[in-house]
Amino acid sequence: MADDKFDAIVVGAGPAGSACAYTLAKEGRNVLLLERGNSAGAKNVSGGRLYTYALELLEPGMYQRAPLQRKIVREQIMLLDEQCATTIDHFNPGFGENVPQSYSVVRAALDEWFAGEVESAGGTVGSGVLVDGVLEENGKIVGIVSGGEEMRADVVVAADGVNSLLGQKAGLFPDVTAHAVGVGVKETIELPDSTISARFAVKDDEGAARVAIGCTDGISGGAFLYTNKGSISLGIVFNPEQAAKQKRHIQDIFQDFKMHPAIQALIEGGTSVEYGAHLVPEVGYHGIHKRLYREGMLVVGDAAQFGINTGVIIRGMDLAIVSGLAAARAILNSKSAAETGPLYMKQLEELLLLANERAYQNFHKIFEISRIFSGYPQLMNEAMDFLFRVDGKVPTPMLKGLLGVAKKHASFGQMLADGWKAYRSL
Amino acid sequence: MTIKRLSPEELLALDKFSVDEGNPHIIVDKTICARCVERGCLVACPARCYREKDGQVNFEYAGCLECGTCRVICKEKGVTEWRYPGATFGVTFRCS
Repeated sequence: MADDKFDAIVVGAGPAGSACAYTLAKEGRNVLLLERGNSAGAKNVSGGRLYTYALELLEPGMYQRAPLQRKIVREQIMLLDEQCATTIDHFNPGFGENVPQSYSVVRAALDEWFAGEVESAGGTVGSGVLVDGVLEENGKIVGIVSGGEEMRADVVVAADGVNSLLGQKAGLFPDVTAHAVGVGVKETIELPDSTISARFAVKDDEGAARVAIGCTDGISGGAFLYTNKGSISLGIVFNPEQAAKQKRHIQDIFQDFKMHPAIQALIEGGTSVEYGAHLVPEVGYHGIHKRLYREGMLVVGDAAQFGINTGVIIRGMDLAIVSGLAAARAILNSKSAAETGPLYMKQLEELLLLANERAYQNFHKIFEISRIFSGYPQLMNEAMDFLFRVDGKVPTPMLKGLLGVAKKHASFGQMLADGWKAYRSL
Repeated sequence: MTIKRLSPEELLALDKFSVDEGNPHIIVDKTICARCVERGCLVACPARCYREKDGQVNFEYAGCLECGTCRVICKEKGVTEWRYPGATFGVTFRCS
């Protein structure tokens, strides 16, 4: 059996798994990367933005080979009510200079490329392979089982995504709870590149990323829009607990959003080409699984529940890549199997992944303020209506008018309480 | 083409599925669902695989997007088994 044994088996060819396998393969390790989809990316859905620093950490300049979409130079925040929309648009060409800060991505293309990089570096990629469970001997993980076949390795890296059945089977953590995740739905809409560039006022290699609130029927959550090459990714992420407690189907709420006049104008003339759904780690630092390793196994990426969501910054893929790199470095530097896990945790610190998570550790509590999702977006739009409306009648004095609008949506006490809660979360 | 509100069927028709006939990857125990009051699956499953008919929860795995929402929100544990479809089966995303 010794001949068949791999140095490492990585389960899941998303950014975490491929980053890990790539680094190991480059260092000459005998690594097997397994993917249940017919090709890498075939099972993956993401909003669609990758922060470039992560690929730079993996290998400087690597991003130039990657099938990235548009470099994001417009960051937009949109507040919606039923008819109106108020959008903050931050144009920042600096985000596109040197190594651009972030790119929109399409996972089918990105993940397939990434797995190809693993192969070019000398790794073995097995697509269309579903891993059923782990192989355990003498209290250690010694491989995996797939379709009744055993495959052995010094270490198994679970990069099997947010649901991580593998980590659960290895007894590392319980199933994810509804509290810890968001449920995302997304439509990909094709449009000519020139149309996208014109509508978002960007050059053909530049793009916009937008988050929107006030479009979730009051459910904690928000929408996203990313401009790609020749397509737009449009979706909403909902808190599943709250979604389950109300009466409207999340698909209907999503379609309402898509047909909102301010959104429809951006996608008009386009063709819907795909509909996807995925869970997203939502809690951040406190949502990370408490155990990320045992002897013979490491957990990386979404499987570990790495994620950061500040409402305007939504990170997952970058953390996945960094954690994959951390796992690979731990494996490369480890002198004994028992040492690998603790080394992995050390690498997560050294690569600043955990420091990034900790910096936002209480941030998710801000999303408990229900008026962010229904109340304040409406308030903002009514306030704008008041500020901009001219009809020849005697205008209400400015302060009185604005206070009147505010009072309709939240009492002074409520606003104070929400402000305090937000302050405490920041 | 023009943008329009898409029905649940139209949304799923955009995707490519290879259904493992007769071999569901998610098992739902209707007798457990019968005593569930919340039935969050009816509104939160992004693929609308769960539908109510004559007061019963019906489950159809063919259009499953493999997200895991039903498993995590299921209050009464009526989703008794949840795994991924066998190799080569299930949904294939091409441009997400």
